[in-house]
Amino acid sequence: MLMLELFFSFFQIGLFSIGGGYAAMPLIQNQVVQLHSWLSMGEFADLVTIAEMTPGPIAINSATFVGNRVAGIPGALVATLGCVLPSSIIVIALAWFYFKYRNLTVVGGVLSGLRPAVVAMIASAGLSILLLNIFWSGTVVWTLENINFIGIGLFVAALFVLRKWKPSPILVMFSCGLIGTALYLII
Amino acid sequence: MKKGLRVYWQLFWSTFTISACTFGGGFVIIPLLKKKFVTDLHWIEEKEMLDLAAIAQSSPGAIAVNASILVGYRVAGIPGALVTIVGTVLPPLIIITAISMCYAAVRDNAVVAALLKGMQSGVAAVIADVVISLGGDVVRQKKVLPLLIMVGAFVATWFFGVNVMYIVLVCGTLGGLGTFLKERSRKELM
Repeated sequence: MLMLELFFSFFQIGLFSIGGGYAAMPLIQNQVVQLHSWLSMGEFADLVTIAEMTPGPIAINSATFVGNRVAGIPGALVATLGCVLPSSIIVIALAWFYFKYRNLTVVGGVLSGLRPAVVAMIASAGLSILLLNIFWSGTVVWTLENINFIGIGLFVAALFVLRKWKPSPILVMFSCGLIGTALYLII
Repeated sequence: MKKGLRVYWQLFWSTFTISACTFGGGFVIIPLLKKKFVTDLHWIEEKEMLDLAAIAQSSPGAIAVNASILVGYRVAGIPGALVTIVGTVLPPLIIITAISMCYAAVRDNAVVAALLKGMQSGVAAVIADVVISLGGDVVRQKKVLPLLIMVGAFVATWFFGVNVMYIVLVCGTLGGLGTFLKERSRKELM
C-alpha cells in the first residue's frame, strides 16, 4: 500500500513537472510535505539543499531520498521508477510524432502558457524555504527571538553576490554553509 | 538503428558518466550529450540533437532524463532508451541513497545542522535569483496573458494553497488554446 502511494505520488510529480529543474520543486513539496507528510518542511528544505549539491535531476534525487526515508532501498527504487515512467512514455511518443510530422506548434503553445505559471510556482516553493530561513518557527511571527538574523544576512549577501557576479550556485551554497556553520555555532 | 552489446554498453557508460557529472541537473546535460554523441561518436547529427533538446524541454519530467531517453531511442530504439534511463538514473540513486543513510544519523549533530541551516540561505538565494531572472523575462515580454497567468498562479498556490497539478493543467490548456485561436485567425486572414 505504502509502495503504491510512493509510486503514484512520484508518478504525478514526473507527469506534471514541465520545464525541468526547479519546476519539479513545488510539486514535490505538495506531494511529500502537504499531501503525505513523508517529510517536514525543514526536512524538505534539507532535501532541496542536498539535491542542489549532488549531481542528477532534483526529481530523481527527491524520489530516492523520500523512498529511502519511507521504505528503504525498495522504496527508493519504486519512487524513482514512478518518477521516470511518465516522461519515458511521453518523450518517446513525442519523438515518434515529431520525426513523423515535424510539428510542435500545439506543444509550443501549451508551454507558452506553462512558463509563467512555473515561475509563479517556483516562487511560491522558494518563499516557503525563505520563511523557514528567516523565522525559526517557519511561520510569520515578528518577535525578536523568532527572527533568524544570521539567515537573513546570509540570504541577502548571497542574493547580492548571485545577481552581481553570477558565480556557480554550488559555490554560493558552500560558502553560505561554511560561514553559516561558523556564525551559528559561535552565536 | 544500431544494435549489439557494444552499442548498449557505450550508451550506458556514456549516460552514466555524464549523469554523474551534471550538477544541478537540467539543461547542462545537453552540451555534454552533444559532445559525446555528435562530436565524438558521430551517432547523431548536430541538427537532430537540437530537435531532441527541444523535445526534452517540452516534455514532462527531468530534462536530463528526457534528453538521455531521446538519445538512446534515436541510437538503438526502445531497448536503447531503457539502457540510457538506467544509466542516467543510477548515479543519483546511488549517491542519494548513501547520503540519506548518513542524513538520518547526522541530522541532529550540531555542526551538520548549522551547516545545513547556512546552506539553506544559499539555496533560498539561488531560487530567488532564478525567480527574478525568469519572472523578469515574463515581465519584459509585455504580454497580458503571461503576466496574468504568472500573478494568478502565484496567488492560487501561495494564498489559496491550490494543488499545483490543477494549475499546470489550467495554464497549459490556456496556453494551448491561445496558440490554437491565434493560428486559426491567421489562417482565416489568408
